[in-house]
Order: sequence, then structure tokens, then C-alpha cells
Amino acid sequence: MAFICPKLYGQKAYRNSAHIDTAGVKTLRGVTVSGTGYKEVIPTQKLAGESLKSLNSFSVADAIRYFAGVQVKDYGGVGGLKTVDMRSLGTNHMGVFYDGIQLGNAQNGQIDLGKFSMDNIESISIYNGQKSEIFQPAKDYGSSGTIYLRSRKPVFDSLKTTNFKGVFKTGSFDLINPSILLEKKLTDNINYSFSSEYIKSSGRYPFRYKRIFHDSKAIAWDTTAIRQNGDINALRLESGLYGTLKEGLWNVKAYYYGSERGIPGAIVNNVWKRSQRQWDRNFFLQGSLQKNVVKGYDIQVNAKYANDYMRYLNPDTTLMYIDNNFHQQEWYGSIANKYSLSKKIDINLSTDFQYNTLNSNLDGFVFPKRFTSLVALAGAAEFGKLKMQGSVLGTFVNERVTRGNTSTGDSAVAAPSKNEVTPAFFLSYKPFTKLDFNIRAFYKNIFRMPTFNDLYYTDIGNISLQPEFTYQYDLGFAYRKSFTGSMFSEWHLQTDFYYNQVTNKIVAVPKGSGMYRWMMMNIGDVEIRGIEIVSDFVFTFPQEILLNFRTAYTYQAAQDYTTRKSTELQKTTYGGQIPYISWNSGSFISSIQYKSWRLNYSFIYVGNRYQNSANIPENYEQPWYTSDLSATRNFQFKRYRCRISGELNNVFNQDYEVVLNYPMPKRNFKIILAVEL
Amino acid sequence: MRKRYLFLNILLLLIFVASSCRKDVEVFINEDTSLDTSTQNGFLGFYLLNEGNMGSNKSTLDYFDYTTGKYKRNIYAAVNPTVPKELGDVGNDIAIYGNRLYAVINASNKVEVMDAITAKRIGQIEIPNCRYIKFDKGFAYITSYAGPIQINPNYTQKGYVAKVDTTTLSIVDKCIVGFQPDGLEITNGKIYVANSGGYMGAGNTAKYERTVSVIDVATFKEDKRIDVAYNLDHIIADKRGDLWVTSRGDYKQLPSRLYFIDNAAQKVTDTIPIAVSNYYLDGDSLYIYSTEWSYITYSNVVTYAIVDTRTHKVVSRSFITDGTDKEIEIPYGIMVHPVTKNIYVTDAGNYVTPGMLYCFTKAGKKKWSVRTGDIPAHFVLLPKS
Repeated sequence: MAFICPKLYGQKAYRNSAHIDTAGVKTLRGVTVSGTGYKEVIPTQKLAGESLKSLNSFSVADAIRYFAGVQVKDYGGVGGLKTVDMRSLGTNHMGVFYDGIQLGNAQNGQIDLGKFSMDNIESISIYNGQKSEIFQPAKDYGSSGTIYLRSRKPVFDSLKTTNFKGVFKTGSFDLINPSILLEKKLTDNINYSFSSEYIKSSGRYPFRYKRIFHDSKAIAWDTTAIRQNGDINALRLESGLYGTLKEGLWNVKAYYYGSERGIPGAIVNNVWKRSQRQWDRNFFLQGSLQKNVVKGYDIQVNAKYANDYMRYLNPDTTLMYIDNNFHQQEWYGSIANKYSLSKKIDINLSTDFQYNTLNSNLDGFVFPKRFTSLVALAGAAEFGKLKMQGSVLGTFVNERVTRGNTSTGDSAVAAPSKNEVTPAFFLSYKPFTKLDFNIRAFYKNIFRMPTFNDLYYTDIGNISLQPEFTYQYDLGFAYRKSFTGSMFSEWHLQTDFYYNQVTNKIVAVPKGSGMYRWMMMNIGDVEIRGIEIVSDFVFTFPQEILLNFRTAYTYQAAQDYTTRKSTELQKTTYGGQIPYISWNSGSFISSIQYKSWRLNYSFIYVGNRYQNSANIPENYEQPWYTSDLSATRNFQFKRYRCRISGELNNVFNQDYEVVLNYPMPKRNFKIILAVEL
Repeated sequence: MRKRYLFLNILLLLIFVASSCRKDVEVFINEDTSLDTSTQNGFLGFYLLNEGNMGSNKSTLDYFDYTTGKYKRNIYAAVNPTVPKELGDVGNDIAIYGNRLYAVINASNKVEVMDAITAKRIGQIEIPNCRYIKFDKGFAYITSYAGPIQINPNYTQKGYVAKVDTTTLSIVDKCIVGFQPDGLEITNGKIYVANSGGYMGAGNTAKYERTVSVIDVATFKEDKRIDVAYNLDHIIADKRGDLWVTSRGDYKQLPSRLYFIDNAAQKVTDTIPIAVSNYYLDGDSLYIYSTEWSYITYSNVVTYAIVDTRTHKVVSRSFITDGTDKEIEIPYGIMVHPVTKNIYVTDAGNYVTPGMLYCFTKAGKKKWSVRTGDIPAHFVLLPKS
């Protein structure tokens, strides 16, 4: 049975340390890597297959909460913004890759993972530092942490040439969420896939705020209301061609996402309803080709064009009327060359080019254009028990602006060009031949560019911003043991200790010559010390009963060491835990499978946090923890393979907030019906 | 053996969950700090309204008690524990009239009305996007950005002044003024309103508002406009009924300035070459601070000045004399005690974490400082009744 494979919980195995050269097929992005021949020297976590499917998650952001070291900022509801931060380095330091190519947002650097539904996602992997694979584009070296989302690829059973899948989801928040998937074998070497999904939800849910008296513990006030203006209406279309060549692979994919949503906004005294709206339209076309040219030499070519449109409307006439649109385009091309010097040493040279533009109707906005070239030189070597990877990334950024909407007399100046060279080094050591035990360590220095908003946004942008740097140091180990013929069939443990530093952090600071105005500056300094522990257990009982547990725990001290002009004020924030990072957080997933039934229980805990680095009672944010349950049954109905699931989320009906004044849903449910042909 | 690992793991998880469970959130209790000895100076104390960052709902009220020398931080929730979501979002002005305290809470679209001595809530006046408040003959006058809407694509929304009966707390009349009215002043039977145009032309200065509206108190109709400068902010009348108006400038070429409107001539007759962020009038001395952003040093240039309202001369450019000004990140509120002449200046810090309140002697030497709420901004003295 396929699901017995320990890869379900996907901490990639180290069992097979054989060196794979010219592993074109196995390592191609877009192909499910079925082997374990990776030179996996970098801490990674992965969720895939059944265990990912049975997690009660609406979007990718919900699933990512189960990883150690990851913090999700969730503004609540189906349409609410959800951004991810790894090891407290900041959202802008995350690279999110969809089917192998990075999703860009040059405007504000944020990828809203709430927009990516789990419907067509087959696996989610996260890497600290970068992926353990040197044969990749230069961009893959360019983030402090990366998330790889992989959509479903067409795979056909022996005689079938067509796959069809229809799914219908409904539940709380007036959710209507149908999706279809069609896969066709066009020729022996070419497969076609089309997938579409529609989401409609009112986003309405009850929430509750309550305060009690300090002494008597009696209720001071207790208010329940319905979350308003959180509705969403979204359509996703995705289509791809997947082909094989002689010693090579290629794919082309088109993606469209269009949505209209309400922005529910903060709940504050006397304002329980907002009316701001947002429209998004994201389109991209991307392709990838990988081929073994001669023995020992592989080439990989990637290209992408993306066109993103966003409109923000504030129709509330008691406030400033705003109707702004932002239009971004991205052109991207990459060539990676891998050469195997010997069976033990590979080197890779990648060169990427990227061009970004942003136009807007925002008053006083210049239209920036950014030309980025990246060159990465990487090497991987294996000497018996020791594996190593090293890379150097050169980033060269040039910007230009056109006058855009600036009025005559105002200056329109581009930020100076930036050239940065940043290294990374990874090491893995397997001390015992018989034990599957590995020690690993890494160092990586990388940066994030200031976004177009940081540099050019009318009035607050600052063109003299420098990149924001991160320095990561990690030491950890992984241990795996399987027991044949025992009920306790597999155990896996991985632990990492890390120290990170963020310097030149880009922060909005108050700006004079008027009240309440801001300016972006490179003033922040953050140090993060953390521990991550992930452990999996697999039990196999007689009569096809399979039991899985997965626990993840994270400890983080993420402290603000920003120096301030006022020594008095510095006392309030210096050394304080940075906003919304809890010291302790963890998750627990368990599932039991019996024949066609599967039951899943998952639990998430996020400890107490503070809303800002002044860690005083006024800024205290409660811990929260939710339990989710799901039950799934697979059955055959005539020629159709069916699957029915019921999900119950926030079982204990906890009233909680991830972000101040953004209440989260109470108990809610979902029903899923899937039919496959 | 192996099972033990599992149980250990689950046990550990349960322990850390159980040990850090959530409790019901309690109402805030104010913190008291002793700063000074008890003093007799004609006032019981003063309130300081902290704005709080927009969306944080952290507008809070602090009180300094002259009779005990104690600073009470964050008193609103302690005094009014049953009010859902406390004082509100972005406090913009505070005033005392009769025996009542009025706090204008901009992003909560209301004026909170409290007892002046206890800060106990009496009620609220619903005014969307309300800005500043002044009183005259039993009525409160409150500026608001949220004027009426017209179906006209080229229409830009004007603001208004609401006239509120302080006995019933109901709006009895509205008078449409210019774009985004901010500060107002009432003198000689006229209401003067500084129209800011704050929502206009970040890109184009030409469209900025630049007038003061003059409203007749008796008829509550706009009499006329006085042309002053772009982006007006504060307005105050001196002893002679002449008006001092501040302009924020356009944040680009046009600097912030202080303008003088002659009451008899009803027009601008003088411009003082000094930038003004905020001021406080004590007798004939206008205490001013200004923060100007310098694109050369990429920092704020701050000046603490005094203008003599009789001579129109800048008589001091540093009323803080002991070097404490170098400690202040961004001054945000100012008050001068009419009897002791102590000068109070607040520091809004980085806007998202707590600020500071400094008390200086008349000579500009620091007496004490204390941590406040987020963005400490607006003062009002509580007189002995």
C-alpha cells in the first residue's frame, strides 16, 4: 500500500546515500521525486499525499502552520490576508515557489498564501536557507527560507489516457467551492492537464470579545458579533503540458487567478464593519526544460512572464476616498548548468535575468522598473560520511523610473544600483555507518531588496534604502529508525538549533513636518535564537490499521536590538520579543487509517506573544490553540472512485486572535465530496 | 522502550500546553507612578490623551494628579470597565467644558463624553471622522472631514462643523466648510476653521485647500473665507482676538509656516518664518515645536521655539535648555502650565510603542519624565471647580 511509505510525513530519508549523477529525471522540478537519492544536507520539512489531504486546511497558509519554525500571520476568514514568516526573519525574506518558479511581488514583497487553495496542491516543502539541490536557478539561492508548492502532475495508470476529478466543498461561511481537474495523455511523451476552481463565501462568522474584572473575575463585558465584509469570490484556472524528451523533461504552464474580496479590517471601538474592497488578477505563463546534454553535463532552462493587477477601493465616504490600482509585470529567464566533475563532485552555474515594472494611478507615484541579474555558482561534494554544499550568489540590481504621476517640479529619481555577493555553506555528516543519524550545519548570508513600495511609494518611500540582510547559523541532527515486524514501525526525529541576525531591517519611522507621517528607513536590528524539534511516529497494526503521529515544537527568542535616540524609550523596546512571535509554539497531527476510513486529529498551539517589541501588559496577546478533526471515507461507486470528508475546525470553539483586532472564526465545519474517473 | 519515547513526547506536549493555557482577559488596571510632591497651583491635574496607532484601538487616557504628584497611566478601562473595546481608535483632541471631559476619537467616529473629575463615561456623540472640538455658550463645535456626498463625478467632499447641545449631546446643526477642516477657534462671535485639504493632492500642490472658514456663531452660517496657505492645521486666538494659524506646507517645496490673521482686517497680515508642528499659547508666549524632515540628513530637524504674540518675534529657538531635546525622538504634544509655567512635552517615539511625557521647569530644565501610552498627544488641564 502506497501510504505506508514514510514519505507521507516527508522528512526526506537519508537512507540512500548513493551518489546520483545526471539524475535528470529524478531531480527535475515538477516531477515528484520518488527516490531518496538527494544530497539532502539542509533542514527541510514536507507535507504531501494523504497526510496533506486530510489536514483541515482551506489554503496553503493553513497547512504551513503545522511546520516547525514557521509563523503564519492570519487576518482571519476565507478571504483574509495570510502571510508566512520563517524563523522570525520577516515575510519579505521568504521565497515562495509554485511549480518550480518563484512567485514575485516586487511591489510589497508579500505573497498572500491564503490565495493558494489546497485543491490542486500535492506537496508543500519548506527549506531553511535554500533547497538541497545545486542544480537550480540562481533565484532559488536568493531567499533566507523557501517554500515549494507543487501542484498535481498528470500520472496515468497503464491503460488509462484520461483522468477526471470533480470536487465540491461546502460548509461554514456560506462556502461554495467546486473544482474540476482533467488530465489527458496526448501522446506517449506529452500529457495535458487542466484544473479550475471557484470559491464563493460570505466570510461571515460569529466572533466574541470578553473581559473580566481583575478581582472578582466577573464578566465586565462580553460581546458577540458577526464578522462583516469578509466575502470573497475567486476563480482559478490552471493548465499545463508536461513532456518527456530523450534524457530530459519539459513543461509549460499557464495560471490565472481572479478575485474580488472585502477587506474586513480591524474591529475597534464603535466600528464593527468596514467597506474597503480589493480586486486581484494574477496571471503567469511559465516553462521549464531540463536535459542531459552529454554525460556529466545537464542543462535546465526556466522562463516566466507574470502580469498582476490589484485594485483597492475605499468607498467609505466618511474617510478619504481611495480607488487605486497597481499593475505589475515580470519577465524572467534562467539557465542552470550542472557539470559533474567526478562521481563525488558536482558544480553548477546558474544565470538569471529578471525585469519588473510597476504602474499605478496613485497620486505622485513614479513608475519604477527593475532589472535584476543573478549569477550563482554552487558546488556539491561527497566524501564518504561527509557531504558538503557551497554556493555564492551575485545579485546585480539596476532601477529606472519614469515620471509616472508626479507633478511637474517634483523629482523622480531612481534608487542607485546595488551589487551584492552573498555566500552559503552547508555540511552534513553521518558518523555511524549503521545508524541513520546525520549531523548538519549551515551558514547563509542573504538579503532582501527594498520593495518598490519601500523605495517609491508616494511620500513614505525612500530611494536611499539599502538591502536588509540576514545571517543564519544552524546546527542540527536527524535520526530515523524503522522496525521491521514491529507494530511501532518507524520513528523519525530532527532537531535544529539556530541563531539568526537581521541587520539593516527596513522599518517605517515617524517623519516630521506634519503629524503622523512615515518614512522607510534601514534602522532595525533583530537577533533570533531558536530550537526546532520535529518527530514522526508510524505504527502498523494488524488488519490494515495504520497510525501516524507527527509533533513539531519551536522555541524562539526573537529580540529587537534596535538602538534608539531616546535612552528612556530604548528601555521599553530594547531586547523585547518582536511583534507576534511567540516563544513557544507547536503542532500535533495524528491520523488513523483503517481500510477505506481515515480519521485525522490536528492541534496547533501558539504561545503568548506581544503586539510590539515593548513587552508590556497593554501589548500582551493571549496564547491560542485549536483542535481540528476530520473523517474521510473512500469508496467505489460503479466506475467512480469517491471520497467523502467531513471537517470540524476549532472544535473547542476558542475565541482567538492571531493579529490584534482581527478576530478568528469560532467552531466551523466543511464537507467535501470528490469523484474521480 | 520505544513506546516510552512516544509517551514522553506526548507528555511533554501536554505539559507545555497545560502550563501556558489562556485565561480570560482582564480589564486593564491603571499603573500609578509617583513623580512629584503635592502642589497647589489652581488645577487638580491634567489629562493626556494618547492617540494610539490607527487600527490598534489603543487610544488611552492618562492623568497627572497635582494633589498627589502621581501619574496614573491608562485610566479609562479602570474607570469604565464595562465599555466594550475601551476608549477607541486614534484620539485626536481632548477638552473640558463645565464639569465634563470630551475626547474626540477620530477613527472610532465619536466624541466620548466623561465626567471631568472621575473620567466616568456619560455618553458619546456620533460624528464620523471627527477632528477637533471647541465650546461656546453651551454648545460644542466639532470639525469633521465627512461632509455630505453629491452625485457628481468631479465633486470633492467638503467637511463640516457640527453644533452639539452639551446638555442633550445631540447634533443640532451642521455648517459646511472647506476641505478636511482641522483646528477651530471661537472668538468675537465667530468660529474660525482651519481647512487642511489633507486628503488632497499628494501629487499636486495646486489643488490643496488654503483657507480659513469664518462662521457666524449666531446664524451658524459660513460668512466668508480667508486665504492663508496650503494645508492648514492649528488655529488659536490670542488675548487681542488675533489669530495664529499654522500651515503644514506641502511636504515638498513649500515649508510649514506660522501665519497671523489680524482680527480687524480679517486677513493675513504677517508670516512668521518658522515651521510649526504644534503649539501652546500661554499669555503672550506661543510655545512652538517643529519637526521638519531633512532629505539631506534623512532625519527630523526639531526646533523648540517661543514666539511673542505682541512683537511677532521669535524670542527663543530652544526652550529646552538642558540638552534633553536630544533625547526626544519625535515631539508630539505640548502644554504650558499657566501658573507654574512648567512646560510639558510628549515624545511619540516610533508611533507603535509607548511614548514619553517630559516635564520641564520654566527655565527649560527637566523635572521628570514618565512612560505614557502610544503616541501621547493631547493635553487638557482640570481646573479646581
